[in-house]
Amino acid sequence: MIVLQALGLVMLLVGIGFLVLAGVGVARLPDALQRMHASTKAGTLGASLVVIGSALMLPDIRLSSVAFIIAFLLVTLPVAAQLLARAAYKSGARLNLSREDPLANVIGRQATPLEERPAPEEREPRQN
Amino acid sequence: MNGLGLPLIGMIAGALLMVPLVLAAWRMIRGPGVADRFVALDMLIGVVVALTAVVALVTGRGAFLDIGVGVALVNFVATVALSAFLERKGSGK
Repeated sequence: MIVLQALGLVMLLVGIGFLVLAGVGVARLPDALQRMHASTKAGTLGASLVVIGSALMLPDIRLSSVAFIIAFLLVTLPVAAQLLARAAYKSGARLNLSREDPLANVIGRQATPLEERPAPEEREPRQN
Repeated sequence: MNGLGLPLIGMIAGALLMVPLVLAAWRMIRGPGVADRFVALDMLIGVVVALTAVVALVTGRGAFLDIGVGVALVNFVATVALSAFLERKGSGK
């Protein structure tokens, strides 16, 4: 019993460490896709470890709900991150790349990000 | 195992989890682009899922883990909806 609790405490602390690293990555990395790279991988692992750790430390816990939440996190977070990354790339979010863009002729990409375009009512009227 | 003090451990863990929460919230407020804010929101709700597990530790009720399942579900639906918005509006006319 004490072994399980010690294991749970270690997993809780490691998970919090991963979440802190993910937070630092989200705050410090330069562009949207790199921030997503920090938040998705480290965030998924950290949240799963915190859930497993606290489930190991609790005396009465149903393993089904723990397994369900871990499986749910592992299934949905990568899917959501892929959709968000695709949307960020296509909408022309600022990237800072070290070489040329390998996807340049594969996926259509807007030249300017959404927040830097003029609002629709401020655009110049079409000349007929 | 009351000698270990599960509520105390949970409170310390909750206090430590404020660090990634504040960092993600700062990025969400500060973020220069729309995509940055959506990424920070995703991260923020991921931290909240971990916080529900910690609340289960503090209160000693395992039912809070089910609330974590609900929060993760809302996170998924919200991220999919926001990325559909960004893709349509961002690559739109």
